[in-house]
Amino acid sequence: MSETVVTASSIPAGGNKAPPAGMVGPWAWLKANLFNSWLSTATTLLLGYLILRAAVGFIDWAFIHAIWTVPYSAKGVPDTSSCQNAKEVGACWAVIGDKYRLILFGRYPYEEQWRPALCVVLFIGLYIVSAMRRFWRKELALIWIVTLSAIFILMGGGLFGLKEVQNDYWGGLPITLILATFGIACAFPLSILVALGRRSTKLPAVKLLCVLYVELIRGVPLISVLFMASVMFPLFMPAGVNIDKLLRAQIAVILFAAAYLAEVVRGGLQSLPKGQYEAADALGLSYWHKTGLIILPQALKLVIPPLVNTFIGFFKDTSLVLIIGLFDLLTMGKVALSDPPWQSFSTEVYIALAIIYIGFCFAMSNYSRGLERELGRGERR
Amino acid sequence: MMRLITSGAGALLGGLMMLAGVTGPAAAQGTGSATLDAVKTRGQVLCGMSGSVPGFSLPDSQGVMRGLDADTCRAVTAAALGDAAKVKFVATTTQNRFTALQSGEVDMLSRSTTWTLGREGNLGLMFAWVNYYDGTGFLVKKSSGVKAAKEMDGATICVQPGTSTELAINDYYRLNKMKFTPILIQDQAEIQGAFLSGRCDAYSTDASALATFRFSQGPKADELLLLPDIISKEPLGAVVRKGDDKWFDVVRWTFAAMITAEEKGITQANVESFLTSTDPDIRRLLGIEGDMGKALGLDNKWAFNVIKAVGNLGEMWDRNITPMGVPRGINNLWTKGGLQYAPPLR
Repeated sequence: MSETVVTASSIPAGGNKAPPAGMVGPWAWLKANLFNSWLSTATTLLLGYLILRAAVGFIDWAFIHAIWTVPYSAKGVPDTSSCQNAKEVGACWAVIGDKYRLILFGRYPYEEQWRPALCVVLFIGLYIVSAMRRFWRKELALIWIVTLSAIFILMGGGLFGLKEVQNDYWGGLPITLILATFGIACAFPLSILVALGRRSTKLPAVKLLCVLYVELIRGVPLISVLFMASVMFPLFMPAGVNIDKLLRAQIAVILFAAAYLAEVVRGGLQSLPKGQYEAADALGLSYWHKTGLIILPQALKLVIPPLVNTFIGFFKDTSLVLIIGLFDLLTMGKVALSDPPWQSFSTEVYIALAIIYIGFCFAMSNYSRGLERELGRGERR
Repeated sequence: MMRLITSGAGALLGGLMMLAGVTGPAAAQGTGSATLDAVKTRGQVLCGMSGSVPGFSLPDSQGVMRGLDADTCRAVTAAALGDAAKVKFVATTTQNRFTALQSGEVDMLSRSTTWTLGREGNLGLMFAWVNYYDGTGFLVKKSSGVKAAKEMDGATICVQPGTSTELAINDYYRLNKMKFTPILIQDQAEIQGAFLSGRCDAYSTDASALATFRFSQGPKADELLLLPDIISKEPLGAVVRKGDDKWFDVVRWTFAAMITAEEKGITQANVESFLTSTDPDIRRLLGIEGDMGKALGLDNKWAFNVIKAVGNLGEMWDRNITPMGVPRGINNLWTKGGLQYAPPLR
């Protein structure tokens, strides 16, 4: 026990001398972490070799031997034989060049595709504005309403001289963003209500309803909810009444996301010490004041990581709508790959899609980390 | 499970139709067909298709739907509304296609769907015509030396689980008292990769898909051989709801018109020049004589519009299927040894 005790006298006097060379800097770090023993040196070298080989192989495939364009016949049919011959050796990025508009915007009329492109920009702008704490005011709700209506007018047309485009022709990235954004934006408030309802002690009927809802939705996979919405639901409707397919899928996604988010929020509510509730009661605050001013701000801050986890999960889950015949980004990639000349170049397309998904998901997780840091300032120990 | 649901759906639909029947006569002042009336009021034909099957329905790089099924939709739209651009393509999956038709989400289905008794009997659907006579085939590597399906005793065969292909192979091998090892892979890209890498001796699915896949291999296509044996019948057709015979007639006779046009040598390009023809068959077809269109509840120029929009049946084939490297074979006209035979338009 006594050996571990460091007394003041055991520290050599001399003030702020720099530590000896070889104890700091990148070399020291390398030595301490990667080459500190026999085994670790061997592991480092082996892994380093493998990583380097893979990286060189990838760069060789993706850039040096890659084929960027292919010739087209007079009829506009691409001649992919140069790509076929270079298969396994070099990537065929010509498939992206040929199909990127189909993948990004689906069957949207070709001349009108500036509209979905603008929508994507609006979505991203909306995310950026919402992410900045400077804009966290009541006006933000207004910005959302205005932007989302603008997006709908742009996509659907029929107003202001824009050509009408029915939503069967929407596809690609806008569909993914619409489903994810509306899904999360509507599911989040709903989930807070459900979480509060489930913790309610005074309203047993509401509590039962919330428990039933959460457990029912959590008990079935998203695919089956989408299936219900697309296959069973139309049969219950009177003949001739059709609710839009996109809307049906959107509602299914919202209901599903809300159930999961509700449990996350409930976790936050339960982790608050009882004293917070009691203190709020002691101040004479009403239920909604207590919840809005004391409980929720603390509870939601606690659950940022699982919340973002769920958001990211749902952003990716939107690709499941392919089973009900909606063409989101991933599905459009698959459709582009069905074209016979390009059928064997799936790797290239999937890499391009992965980059888009990583872009959005990484931005979300990065932002959540920053937010956590910022909101957690007061509690830093 | 699906069967149960869909037959339940059929019963439900039957109930709805009876309900509709009560109010039917009042609404029957138009063409006598609820669907055709709805189409005309809406100014659009809602046509269910897949949207991801090359040669049948697949958007090109500009997002325009191309393929035999897509052109079938266009043809029927041209017949019903005079303008093929008024078609609305509704993407359906293999799971929701029949519900979409039963519930009225689409007016017709042209989604490489096999015509079977079960589907017509149980689901309340009717197949108006066959636009592609397909069948289960085998693709092998030339290097294996296999020339016929009978030589494949003990072979490993890559096949998608739960498809009619799996059923057809099982039947075929049982019938011929041979054995095979199935390798079941769900994803199409994966199954093709498995076949190319040699995990299985043969790849089996619809012959049209095999031909397309072989064609997609470009310069390496010559290393693969599509066996001549077709071991099952897969007539793919256009489907409508039961109970609306007039709409059924429109879809069926659209095909008959395209076949007749091919027989007579009328094409998209030269149809105008036939307007002065003296051949009574052609005059009736193009609506110069008689009231063939009226009988269907359409404009007398209906067939002219169809040919003007998509051409005759042969042109549809040449435009969509020939580029896939599939010979026309039994899909040819009856006069050329095929199965496409149209009743007379008189």
